[in-house]
Amino acid sequence: MDELDRQPREKPDGDRLLPGASSLAVLLIVFVSLSLLVLFSIMRGGVGHVASDAGGTKAYSPADFPEINFDRQLLEEVENAGPSGDDATFRVPPPSLAYEDFFPCSDCHAEMDVNLERRQLEEMHDDIELDHGPKDRWCFDCHNPDDRDSLRLANGTLIGFDESYRLCGQCHGTIFRDWREGIHGRREGYWNGAKSYQLCAHCHNPHAPRFQPIAPLPPPVRPQFLHAAEEVHDE
Amino acid sequence: MSDSDSALETRGDGPEEKVDRRSLLIGGGLTAMAAVAATVAGSSTGFVERMLRRRFTELSPERKAEILDALEREYSERYGREVTVADTPPMDGVEFAYGLDIARCVGCRRCVYACVHENNQSRDPQIHWIRVLRMEKERGIELAESTAYYEPPEVPEPDAFYLPVACQQCRNPACVKVCPVKATWQEPDGIVVIDSDWCIGCRCCMSACPYGARHFNWSEPTISSEELNPNTHYLGNRPRPTGVVEKCTFCIHRTREGRYPACVEICPVGARKFGNLLDENSEMRYLLREKRVFVLKEELNTQPRFYYFYAT
Repeated sequence: MDELDRQPREKPDGDRLLPGASSLAVLLIVFVSLSLLVLFSIMRGGVGHVASDAGGTKAYSPADFPEINFDRQLLEEVENAGPSGDDATFRVPPPSLAYEDFFPCSDCHAEMDVNLERRQLEEMHDDIELDHGPKDRWCFDCHNPDDRDSLRLANGTLIGFDESYRLCGQCHGTIFRDWREGIHGRREGYWNGAKSYQLCAHCHNPHAPRFQPIAPLPPPVRPQFLHAAEEVHDE
Repeated sequence: MSDSDSALETRGDGPEEKVDRRSLLIGGGLTAMAAVAATVAGSSTGFVERMLRRRFTELSPERKAEILDALEREYSERYGREVTVADTPPMDGVEFAYGLDIARCVGCRRCVYACVHENNQSRDPQIHWIRVLRMEKERGIELAESTAYYEPPEVPEPDAFYLPVACQQCRNPACVKVCPVKATWQEPDGIVVIDSDWCIGCRCCMSACPYGARHFNWSEPTISSEELNPNTHYLGNRPRPTGVVEKCTFCIHRTREGRYPACVEICPVGARKFGNLLDENSEMRYLLREKRVFVLKEELNTQPRFYYFYAT
């Protein structure tokens, strides 16, 4: 009985906190605006919370990127050797030297005195910025001062530029081993036969070997921007 | 499409051949009941054989060649250029496996588009078989927090790493188990394939696949004639019709000829590796021996043939 008695007395309190008519109006406004929002987003063809400048609204085709060669041609030697069981021939394409126009180096250097001094280069090769390991790295750690057309290993052995991996492998032993086994670096050709390697210098600038960032191709289309649903509806 | 007794051509387009699935099922139910009655009564054995599907026989090599020839003619006509449809069988003693070096991948998506270029996916509506997931270095591999829609001006971003995901070519594939019509199966060389002429588009396999590797052709796939790769395989990259599921096949038309998949060759950082698991000297065997490898969602026991690894 006590509880039943209390109810009528509490009612005015509740009324004061949330008057009936205005609370209904607030609810109505919220409901209408929400449903309008949903309707609007559906009409725009999307439901997710995606900013208009976010990726994934447009479908791209490989043909939109003519600068990328998707039809990669094999080296002629690899193509000719073809797939085979045990006769796996590994061929190294000629190195693409950054200084192709300058090669052979001896064209200029044969006539010049050798300056072993560590210094800022000014007249030539001033675009080379050494960013490769310790600060005291210098040209003649790798290049041969007596004959610039060859590279010099730590033990004094002279090697050609097409064998530069031996030079890199002196320090980067584990990566050299992976590269030799085909785990580091790109390979093209036949998984069961001939394939082409690339040299370290094809991908890494020996003077600043860190792989340079590249622009990514565009992301996939988000599901809410696929046009398929409408087309199915048309049928 | 004139030869109506071909198993491959039962999805006929002609108005006379078109059988409504509902009436077929109802009819099938009735005939099944009739068959039971007939068997009980001990009559007509031909009828029972038909009910047990004994009438389906393996295609003869000649018939197979005819079918491939018909497909070639159909595609060539549709795209106005010569299209070949091969059915290169698996090689003996070969089981394919794939390796991906997460320490190298820069997330540039060259593989995604090389795959589309190679395998004749629809351009719009867009289908990508490879999805590159961006993850925070701080969090590690966290699929739920990853995104495929990243678009910075340059990759790799300093705080992120990238995990490309395509079909994992499972040894224990959930997708194959759920297919109600056996339109998808595992080949002896490990490739899980789909016969797109047999697929009924129920998409059970898509919901069964824990990697999101299967994709559906919601409407007529669009590829321009110039963009079409005319070098196709029956179980792989031949043009697909509307309403079927498709997925990565390790570039079946290339790898069964000895070539690397297209994504392996396009990768600018050489993060993608491919080889024969049964060959001791293959790149894949070296990788499994020498590197720390892992598979995605190991706890699901799908046993992928796709290994992720961290090279030094």
